[in-house]
Amino acid sequence: MAEQVFTYITYKEGIADDSALELVAAAKKIYPDASLTAVVTGAGADLDKVCNEMAASYQEVWKIDNQQLAYPNAEVIQKLLVNILPKDSLFLLSHNTFGMDLSPGLSIKMETTFVADAVDFEGLEGSNLKVVRQEYSGMASTHVLCDISAGAVINVRPGVFQPDESKSAGGTVVDKSAEAGELSVSRRYLEIVEAEVGDVDITKEDVLVSVGRGIEDEDNIEIADELAEAMGAVVSCSRPIVDAKWLEKSRQVGTSGQTVKPKVYLALGISGSFQHLGGLKGSPFIVAVNKNPKAPIFQVAEVGVVEDLLEFVPELTNKIKEG
Amino acid sequence: MEILVCVKRVPDTAENEIEVKSDGTDIERDDLVYSVNEWDNYAVEEAIQIRDKVDGSVTVITVGDEESEEVLRREMAMGADKGILLSDDAFEGSDGKGLAGILKAEIEKGNYDLILTGAQADDGAGQVGGMLAAMLDFPYASLVNSIEVIDDKKLKVGREIEGGNQEMNEIDLPCVLSIQTGINEPRYVGIRGIRKVASLEIPVHGASDIGISSDSVGEAGAKVKRLDYFMPELGEGAEILEGSMEEIAEKLVELLKAKGGIK
Repeated sequence: MAEQVFTYITYKEGIADDSALELVAAAKKIYPDASLTAVVTGAGADLDKVCNEMAASYQEVWKIDNQQLAYPNAEVIQKLLVNILPKDSLFLLSHNTFGMDLSPGLSIKMETTFVADAVDFEGLEGSNLKVVRQEYSGMASTHVLCDISAGAVINVRPGVFQPDESKSAGGTVVDKSAEAGELSVSRRYLEIVEAEVGDVDITKEDVLVSVGRGIEDEDNIEIADELAEAMGAVVSCSRPIVDAKWLEKSRQVGTSGQTVKPKVYLALGISGSFQHLGGLKGSPFIVAVNKNPKAPIFQVAEVGVVEDLLEFVPELTNKIKEG
Repeated sequence: MEILVCVKRVPDTAENEIEVKSDGTDIERDDLVYSVNEWDNYAVEEAIQIRDKVDGSVTVITVGDEESEEVLRREMAMGADKGILLSDDAFEGSDGKGLAGILKAEIEKGNYDLILTGAQADDGAGQVGGMLAAMLDFPYASLVNSIEVIDDKKLKVGREIEGGNQEMNEIDLPCVLSIQTGINEPRYVGIRGIRKVASLEIPVHGASDIGISSDSVGEAGAKVKRLDYFMPELGEGAEILEGSMEEIAEKLVELLKAKGGIK
């Protein structure tokens, strides 16, 4: 019998997240002949749409239709999964804000192991799965051995596996709604508060001058402003700049900020965490300026400058002005 | 409200270049600058602000060696009332579940209404808070970027989700929350502040004090084990521009012009 792998599908307005097919690829990296089951929860027409879409890529799609699941509250979903998943399941999820909320606790309730933010799998050694992770903001990688003999819950980093587009599973949708069980909760979803719209829309800009922690001080933002002005660009930033309240949240590039698609992206003093890079789409020409030659941003940039940005950026601005 | 904040002493990635030892067993730890995990610092600040509004106490706790005492003391200088150090040779090499189990054992000796952790620490896993909540059978919310105390039974919390949006929830007490950076502006702690708390006693609890058997934690109890460290694959990697700063700037101007980066 083929090895079974379960995944949980996150979706929005009836369209499955990219991670749905990335998890197919991830599961096949663990077991090339894996038998795949997708768990899809929700209520109404969107749910059916996603279930049918997933049947092309998963042998089985478990549909759980329940008004209590209309919004994916991690506490409700945790109870549901404990009720319906077989013991010792290998369960893959996306390491998105939902997976981060759900999975650690789920692994305890399932009495199984947990690995967060897996970036690759390098085969099984007995019952131990060899997983690649990153630590220290991506500055060091590790191999981790995870004992999956009693199953495991594994969160997979979004975007690292190429979505499996083969869509040849010819799967069936199985309605498991009746098995949902008791789902009472002590955390109740209220509403989504949409991000505030700022003075500029960085998602529509072709050229971004983006500043990170390396700018060191609020007064130094001026250096980036001057460069952006000389280039005809707009200033964006990474998370620490918003945390420090030096720039508006609407200027933040990253999974918890804006997703941008510029042609040219100048990253000044940005280390390049995966959350930041997750907000950068459309393969821009990335130039990184960072005094730390080990900064992960240099792995994804086309061109790198290993200098202190506080000295280099004014020099660059002058050169541009000289024309 | 009795609030407990779980903190960790970590290498400060903003201050250090992380290098892997040549044999891959660890990162180079000589000359590393350590500090309190950034996320935890926001959690402690939030706890202090809540206590100042509704009364109660803030206790900071960590699992670590004697050097971890310095981060407890730093957070007490910020305004935490008490510190607890959980330290035992048996705790070394614990995985996330092991750490959550150690914390749970101590927490059950107390009577806490609210438990805060940072959203993640140096290993980037963000797992201890959620595991701890499940072990205690408390509700949990991760990536929390706003907290409003409704009454002594419940809170209104915002979670930071994708796209800069915020998911609002009502959560019953007692509960566990993992705190995201940016929720507040952590206060500055000076040398004087740390001196003021230098003589306060910080109890140290080992495995037997909290009723934990040595084989359930540490290396022995770990089901997830780190094999080695290595430097991330460079892939193609960036072309690093060489020369004097002026020469580099000139080269970059040409490249930017060619790519449409200068209008």
